[in-house]
Amino acid sequence: MARSQLTANDGGRRSRFAADRGLVSRMFLVMFLLGLLYVVFVGALLAVNVAWQLIVVVAGGFFFIQFFASDRIALFAMHGRIVTPEEAPQLHAIVDRLCAMSNTPKPKVAIADSDVPNAFATGRSQKRAVVCATTGIMRRLDAEELEGVLAHEMSHVAHHDVAVMTIASFLGVLAGIITRFAFYAEMFGGGGNRRGRNDQNTAMIAFFVMIVSAIVYAISFLLIRVLSRYRELSADRAGALLTGRPSSLASALQKVTGAMGQIPTRDLRSAEAFNAFFFTPALAKGASLSSLFSTHPSLERRLEQLAEISRELGEGR
Amino acid sequence: MGFLDSLLGRTKPVKANLDDLFALPSAAITMQVALGFSPSGLGSVCYKPAEGAAFARTQADVQQLLDADQGPDVELSTDTFGFSWLLIRHDPSDAAGLVTDLHAVNSSLEGAGFGPALLCSLVPFVHADGRKVALVYLYKRGTFYPFAPLPGQAQHRDNALELEVKGTLASDLKVEPDLSRWFPVWGAPGM
Repeated sequence: MARSQLTANDGGRRSRFAADRGLVSRMFLVMFLLGLLYVVFVGALLAVNVAWQLIVVVAGGFFFIQFFASDRIALFAMHGRIVTPEEAPQLHAIVDRLCAMSNTPKPKVAIADSDVPNAFATGRSQKRAVVCATTGIMRRLDAEELEGVLAHEMSHVAHHDVAVMTIASFLGVLAGIITRFAFYAEMFGGGGNRRGRNDQNTAMIAFFVMIVSAIVYAISFLLIRVLSRYRELSADRAGALLTGRPSSLASALQKVTGAMGQIPTRDLRSAEAFNAFFFTPALAKGASLSSLFSTHPSLERRLEQLAEISRELGEGR
Repeated sequence: MGFLDSLLGRTKPVKANLDDLFALPSAAITMQVALGFSPSGLGSVCYKPAEGAAFARTQADVQQLLDADQGPDVELSTDTFGFSWLLIRHDPSDAAGLVTDLHAVNSSLEGAGFGPALLCSLVPFVHADGRKVALVYLYKRGTFYPFAPLPGQAQHRDNALELEVKGTLASDLKVEPDLSRWFPVWGAPGM
């Protein structure tokens, strides 16, 4: 309802802050494919009559823990510490201003004592959100670049990216668990006392389920990565439009990705599991993942989009 | 933001509310009568300058507009966070005129498509005993909140005075109910 009001108010005036229709429709397509895959997968499991309800309950448990404790898990893993305005006046001032600009409730602000230059946002809703920056990124970036990074993170919060990605990953987790269950059933299921046609039949079903789950897992893995890259581009775009300074975000990206390769590998590995919520992915030195498997778009793609926004902002009327 | 917007990762920058700023003149009278704070004649608009030629041109236009026909004295400055402050000096007794000038800045920015760049407006008041309190107008919320830095001390606020102002002005203007949005503006021009 709020949306239609806005468009009506915009009337004849050209807005400088338009959404990227291409990006939005591509993201919608990916979500649709994920949903379709979900339906096909559940349909296949129902068709062979597997006792998958138990597996759903187990996976659902993991899902709820991840969903409801995401803020605490991420903060704990990154050794992030919630800070008061007195402890970190500059960081709080930047977040305060971004909140006032975007009319959003203020998230908790945390600092992680690590020299890895990075920032992340977590929490399933705007009220539970935490925005965390490492001491490394605060040391390397100036105020405007840091503002660009925090605007990117707060756009993740505004887009509910933790919730969206957790729900999207659920299918992959489910398929992965079922693959493993079916694999064990295949290996050990045939060793019982009862032999015969009935048993052979069970083994066939277990094999079928394993293959289907493995395929579903692989496809959902790729789709989730595509979705994650689109969410990053959306957050870049929203953040750049919020501050009106896409070039500051671009320069922060360049500084941070350049410095990311120079950090000790140990520290990085412990951070890898949380890549999905990071500002830039922490990859161990020497790892050359193809762009297909990456959670983040390439630096070139991100800079290109920011340059385009910069051009749009600079155009006279 | 709607469900579909967050699902598809679209954020629309929030439009500024320019109208509720006009509640200020009546609040200025209450400030004087009830609390002894009189207008300092200063007022400022704080916005985030977007990069590019379009914004620079708009900003130059705004300054020209205000400088024309013996208009008010205007001073432009940039704070440490990269926000621009346009400070306007006006006759202290004419709060309505000051608000009109502030509104001229706002509507020029909005007219050029930069309404979402507006952060806040600040109108300082002074007491005979030297205390200062500013009313800060949040454009995206359409609400005011008081900001009273303690003189002489680095970055301490007089919370008691702020709450007193909040209670006194409740009937004159919309006071921001969410205290976490009362962010400090240390070193703002005019304070």
